[in-house]
Amino acid sequence: MTILAKKPQSLTDIPMHYCPGCGHGIVHRLMAEAFDELKIADRVIGVAPVGCAVFADDYFACDMVQGAHGRGPAIATGIKRSKPQAVVFSYQGDGDLASIGMAEIVHAAVRSENITVIFINNAIYGMTGGQMAPTTLVGQVATTAPKGRDPKLQGWPINMCEMLSQITGAKYLERVAVDTPQHVMAAKKAIKKAFENQVKGVGFSMVEVLSQCPTNWHASVDQALEFVRTQMMPQYPLGVFKNEEAK
Amino acid sequence: MTEKTLRKGNEALAEGAIRAGARFFAGYPITPQNEVPEYMSAYMADAGGAFVQAESEVAAINMVYGAAATGTRSMTSSSSPGISLKQEGITYLASADLPCLIVNVMRGGPGLGSISGAQGDYFQATRGGGNGDYRVLVLAPNSVEELGNFPKLGFELAEKYRIPCMILADGILGQMMESMSFNFDPVDPNQLGKMQWAVDIEKNGRPKNKVFSYKGDNLIADVVERAKRYGLIEKTEARYEERNTEDCDVLLVAYGLSSRACLEAVNKAQEEGLKVGLFRPITLWPFPSKRLAELAQKTKAILTVEQSLGQLVQDVKLAVNGKTPVYLNAYPAGGQPDGESILTAVRSCLNGGKEGLFDLQAHAADFAYECKRDASLGMQGDCKGGK
Repeated sequence: MTILAKKPQSLTDIPMHYCPGCGHGIVHRLMAEAFDELKIADRVIGVAPVGCAVFADDYFACDMVQGAHGRGPAIATGIKRSKPQAVVFSYQGDGDLASIGMAEIVHAAVRSENITVIFINNAIYGMTGGQMAPTTLVGQVATTAPKGRDPKLQGWPINMCEMLSQITGAKYLERVAVDTPQHVMAAKKAIKKAFENQVKGVGFSMVEVLSQCPTNWHASVDQALEFVRTQMMPQYPLGVFKNEEAK
Repeated sequence: MTEKTLRKGNEALAEGAIRAGARFFAGYPITPQNEVPEYMSAYMADAGGAFVQAESEVAAINMVYGAAATGTRSMTSSSSPGISLKQEGITYLASADLPCLIVNVMRGGPGLGSISGAQGDYFQATRGGGNGDYRVLVLAPNSVEELGNFPKLGFELAEKYRIPCMILADGILGQMMESMSFNFDPVDPNQLGKMQWAVDIEKNGRPKNKVFSYKGDNLIADVVERAKRYGLIEKTEARYEERNTEDCDVLLVAYGLSSRACLEAVNKAQEEGLKVGLFRPITLWPFPSKRLAELAQKTKAILTVEQSLGQLVQDVKLAVNGKTPVYLNAYPAGGQPDGESILTAVRSCLNGGKEGLFDLQAHAADFAYECKRDASLGMQGDCKGGK
């Protein structure tokens, strides 16, 4: 019998707690595949965020640190500077990275910390129950924007890849999605590159993943995938925003 | 043991920390501790360590959290408002049982306050400071010599008990120059051995390590286990220094720079024929309550001298537990004690006077309090107090 697909060794056997249709599990798997394929599993150290992925430290087989909300890039900085041979990642959601942790992500990029950041953008606070995120779309309903996000009161969504692309120290920035098999394949390629960059010493690399949250969008899985395509992608176009190789 | 050299307090501390094996430092500029990150930026890389000027105090302490998670001797320094910002990281460090060194070169507060030396962060340091049930081990140096030598003690205690350790100094101690020597040989951190619990690059088949607030799935059990460790620390690690405590009518209690002014008072008192002793806590948590309680039985009065508004005195009262009267001589918000002003308070303790003694409720009797909203609006709820 030929094995065509199997669980990556870099994932544990602990069942994930994510909701049906959520994108986190897909992204975890893609990262774990990258660790296996790049043969870096023994030196990966991850930082789990506060948010839906708070228990990501259970799912990855590598050593893990769980940190305070938004501080992942600072914690990863401390780990990487102390253990330069480690491959260090910070896994963060949109509230974590683009709101409370804005200073940490910007300055990790400014210093071009040689770390990999995986940024899950689902335009909502998931863990706390559907509040407005910095990435919530104009008009999108959230528990703290019951009439929909109104730019007059709450401003406009923030595009992190575009913003960070202005920073010299940001070396690789790509936005991907996990709504279709084709996009999942492309996401895998981007995630793998973001870790390869770190091994090569390229500098700060971040992959933003547009992810679906059926639970807090009050949508079926199909509707949620449709929302990613028709609502999120016009605001957050997929693509490479920065791609500098090591000198 | 090195030869005596003249050093500035903050620089002695920084050099002492590198000698003690610190190999990661993250900090942010704030007066009066700037010489610490400046020194680290110049010398940490030569020692094989990393220095990061962080974007904020919050980021700096979280960098320390990451570095400490790898088992590296890691530290940050700041001053009062900056230490407030670090509380988020400190409670995480405590909850994850990570050893590290946090230095607070205190200044006057609250809020922006002043850059003068002060002791207003006693509660914050000794009660945890951040959210949840936790403590940090607090060392209070009173000389440049101790500033230089306490980092090694701090790291050792922090690692022994897996607890963050704080050195609580103040602006004057940090800025003043004294002759000092290091009483230990430089530590080579590569010879210290790996921490079993640390996240690292070579697992070699060991189970994965996690650094997290939860050890398993029972947070209550984790917090209780930690509290037992705290109990052990209270039982075994209380440190203090005594002067003339065996035969005194008034026992001064003071830590840090205040204790230096108290020494002046003790000497002046002898010239006047007054019997005054000094009890100096070196660890503020654990507070040396047991010894202070013994001394309380032998003295007519205890006078707490602090550069804060009745913080240290609470631990003194808890320790003394009514065995003898406890008075307060306070110099808050950057005020500085001197021997003569302390002696004035000592005399009041002995003759029933009020001068030099701080009693908030007694002062309140002379204090008229009134707060009003704009009267033209006819707002209700004006309040009045006092006489």
